[in-house]
Amino acid sequence: MSESAASISSIPADEQTPFVRWVNDWGGAVVDGIVAIGDMAIFTWHMLRWMFSRLPSRGTVLINFYQVGALSLPVVALTGTFIGMVLAVQSYAQFHAIGLDSRLGAVINGTLVKELGPVLAATMLAGRVGGAMAAVLGTMRVTEQIDALTAMGADPIHYLVVPRFLACILLIPALTIMADFMGIVGGYFYSVVILGIDHAAYLNHSREGVTGFDLFSGIFKSIFFGGIIAIVSCYRGFHCEPGADGVGKAATTAFVYSFVLILAVDLFLTIVLNSIYSLYPNGTSFL
Amino acid sequence: MNAATETNDEGTDISDLNRPLIEARNVSVQFDTQKILSNINVTIQRGQTVAVIGESGCGKTVFMKTLIGLICPTAGHILLDGIDLNAMDQEQITLARRRFGFVFQNAALFDSMSIFDNVAFPLRQIKKISDQETSERVLQHLAEVGLPKNVTRKRPAELSGGMRKRVGLARALILNPEVLVYDEPTTGLDPIMSDVINELILETRRRYPVTSVVVTHDMRTARKVADRVLMFYPRTRLLDEEAQILFDGSPSELENAEDRRVRQFVRGEAGERLNELAQQAAF
Repeated sequence: MSESAASISSIPADEQTPFVRWVNDWGGAVVDGIVAIGDMAIFTWHMLRWMFSRLPSRGTVLINFYQVGALSLPVVALTGTFIGMVLAVQSYAQFHAIGLDSRLGAVINGTLVKELGPVLAATMLAGRVGGAMAAVLGTMRVTEQIDALTAMGADPIHYLVVPRFLACILLIPALTIMADFMGIVGGYFYSVVILGIDHAAYLNHSREGVTGFDLFSGIFKSIFFGGIIAIVSCYRGFHCEPGADGVGKAATTAFVYSFVLILAVDLFLTIVLNSIYSLYPNGTSFL
Repeated sequence: MNAATETNDEGTDISDLNRPLIEARNVSVQFDTQKILSNINVTIQRGQTVAVIGESGCGKTVFMKTLIGLICPTAGHILLDGIDLNAMDQEQITLARRRFGFVFQNAALFDSMSIFDNVAFPLRQIKKISDQETSERVLQHLAEVGLPKNVTRKRPAELSGGMRKRVGLARALILNPEVLVYDEPTTGLDPIMSDVINELILETRRRYPVTSVVVTHDMRTARKVADRVLMFYPRTRLLDEEAQILFDGSPSELENAEDRRVRQFVRGEAGERLNELAQQAAF
């Protein structure tokens, strides 16, 4: 910690007692953390200002939409399918023991649409796209390509960050719906075809498990997740340390920070959305 | 190349050719606790070609990036045509940067774009030029730096170091800048290609009335292209009262400079640096 943390002690390093050094290290880390949060807030503000003042060119937006959306689709669909099937495998024994096999669909679909679909799609996006964004932008930083953009009168945040942010927040809802859908299909396939649960009863109970509000809350949360992935990954790329090690570190920290923030924001939003839902408890079934 | 016929905020005519084009006044740059530049005062007149020399880590590149506003000075001011870069808003500084062409050390070409798109990039940022004119200007500037038409579809990774530098120069020239800034233009190139780049710098100056700042530690380049040489010295190895610019004069005066450190650098003699490095290693 002492290497990265700013020194906040006025006592020369060689005269510090272990306790002063400890306080200095932790104090420095806290100061570094506050500075990084402030820096990221300014970065986000700059990005939002550009987004609402002048949109980037269609060419740069379309490339990012393709990379974030089209190329993520297969992996998100595959992950969703397997998670739906795993949920069926894990829940079946207990539901079967109490004779509620046909209610498996309600549990699988509810869990997928409310929680697993959005979080899984976001995790896959953070791993596949977030890491790549940080690595690409980090390499551009290290090889002075970002400086070159600035030198040529282009704003790097407008040119590089805004299209990535737009791609993430606009396409993650579609990826979430795909993860939800494929998870439901996977769960249905395993429950009905492999485990032999009655098709009509499974579908009938599935309808009870998912309301319109559940679907809305999952998609609503995913927009925040997309924003987190884009901002954290681009920020890490822009502040990449020199060398191959720096680029690798930027890519890794982009994924780790995005993932932790996604889970933290998921908890917060779930509490808020559940509070809102409790005010209107008579939600209609969606399926 | 762009005629300076604008007026500044005070309504003063900035086309006055006697006024320095670029001026660094008491410029200091510090990263965390590390002082890179301290109290730098430099004036660059229109049409001059200034070579900035000095050993690695002396702050040449930082100085150059400070000149075009890529690095904000910790103290002091950079004046472009008498107007302080610090006093400019974002739009003004963007316009000011378009008066510069910047050739980066490793060319800094965009990996994801073809050579054509790299060279056309500054033009497309302005968005007032047709595709046909863009194409004509890109091919013209590539031809000026001796690159054939068939490189336009290639990616930067497919070109040699010398070709990438020449593409970087074509990209820097495409907006017809008033000031060309070269960062280590010959570093990493073989002697022949280094001389090709030197000749291109001279040819560019002959063709356009451009002011040039060449950051280099290649003395052959400094002697060949510059009409004025500044030598920087690492701040950490100077006494507090010493100025960081050890030499400011013509290339012909370099050999007989009063300061022993300048003569040593010009001749490429390690001198007492070997002892200093040994002492640093001992710590």
